[in-house]
Amino acid sequence: MFVLSGYEYLLGFIFVASLVPVLALTASWLLRPAPSGPERRTTYESGMEPIGGAWIQFNIRYYMFALVFVIFDVETVFLYPWAVAFNRLGLLAFVEALIFIGILVVGLAYAWRKGALEWS
Amino acid sequence: MNSGIDLQGTFINSLQDLGLPPGISKLFWMPLPMILMVIGATVGLLVLVWLERKISAAAQQRVGPEYAGPQGSLQAAVDGLKLIFKEDIIPAKADSALFTIGPILVILPVFISYLVVPFGQNLIISDVGLGIFLWIALSSVQPIGLLMSGYASNNKYALLGGLRAAAQSISYEIPLALAVLAVVMMSNSMSTIDIVQQQSGYGILGWNVWRQPVGFVIFWIAALAECERLPFDLPEAEEELVAGYQTEYSGMKFALFYIASYVNLLLSAIMVAVLYLGGWESPIPLDRLAGWLGQPETNPILQVITASMGILMTLFKTYLLVFLAILMRWTLPRVRIDQLLDLGWKFLLPVALVNLLVTAALKISLPFAFGG
Repeated sequence: MFVLSGYEYLLGFIFVASLVPVLALTASWLLRPAPSGPERRTTYESGMEPIGGAWIQFNIRYYMFALVFVIFDVETVFLYPWAVAFNRLGLLAFVEALIFIGILVVGLAYAWRKGALEWS
Repeated sequence: MNSGIDLQGTFINSLQDLGLPPGISKLFWMPLPMILMVIGATVGLLVLVWLERKISAAAQQRVGPEYAGPQGSLQAAVDGLKLIFKEDIIPAKADSALFTIGPILVILPVFISYLVVPFGQNLIISDVGLGIFLWIALSSVQPIGLLMSGYASNNKYALLGGLRAAAQSISYEIPLALAVLAVVMMSNSMSTIDIVQQQSGYGILGWNVWRQPVGFVIFWIAALAECERLPFDLPEAEEELVAGYQTEYSGMKFALFYIASYVNLLLSAIMVAVLYLGGWESPIPLDRLAGWLGQPETNPILQVITASMGILMTLFKTYLLVFLAILMRWTLPRVRIDQLLDLGWKFLLPVALVNLLVTAALKISLPFAFGG
């Protein structure tokens, strides 16, 4: 019937789980008072008149972290099938993963050395 | 191996006895565990919020909530009810579509992750093959919602909070996934049921925490960071950023953030219990105890007792970890953002990689102790 058995429950559960925010927001929409006045809709900035918007260009500082993250996240995803099948693969798979992780560790050391992991 | 109580089979069989075809019977069954799980998570959340307020009060020598219900136990429910009646304020300069989608995107993955939470052999919504990996995948959707609501608010505090949430998430996701990887390797499966079963049979001695002590610590730190709990609550650090990404939120949308953060803490505690503390297993192996008493595994009363014990044990372990998290909140000072990233990248990541390789090496050399 289903090639991926059990996943029909995932679809069903996505539906049931999405009822939580939908019901909460609908109930609130039916019960809450009407919005009052434009004063409340001003942006909060510690009681000051906001100076300019927040949609501006600025240095988010962790651009390099994000790049390193992508590499290691993909690495982790590659390692999952390896870990699940590890008991059938044996020593050779271990050596291969050692080389794979070793290359990435060298990459991490390089990024570290180059100061990509510094917050400044 | 004791197959445990089989509610689904019993339910579907009894409907079929009434003359319904099997497909329809299954359709009747499907929503029941899901709705139960969502209600259970919500009740768990109310208990958790009450505990947090009571324990925080005790840590500061206050009384805490007192008037709503016995010992103030209904305080969280009353607060929730109050938030339903609150006015919905969308700032004039905000992007109203993203502003509404943000909190929904934060809360949805947390609830969907409960799909793989096991309370017993068959007491799980669905034992999907991806199991624990599904949870990791879903937990990385959440920061997108945080970033989205931070950006949509068009508020500087909110934007900074959203960006910090993203930074934190990318720094702690990898150590978390690598710590889980070591456990997955030991159980040869990503299914949460298999992970618990691999720890069963020897009572407290069989739990993964003895074989993965380093992984346990890494996972706990990373899970606290993913939940944005103190000492890692930088995205909403109230002394610096007002309330971070939720600065502009009020009413039910604020409540969605609040619910999501606490349900997520509960979920993380459950996952620690499942991965490292034997899930539904008791410290004393119940199967063997029943064997000594000469009870057959199919004895219905025994099955009910074992199943209820399993649920109780899971909840007990979960709330013990929650208690630990609350105590840590009042014990540890908040880290700075550069310390946070240093801890994630320069300490946890290398240690998690070493832990993984050591686990692999031990699995090859001592296959009987590390899951063959």
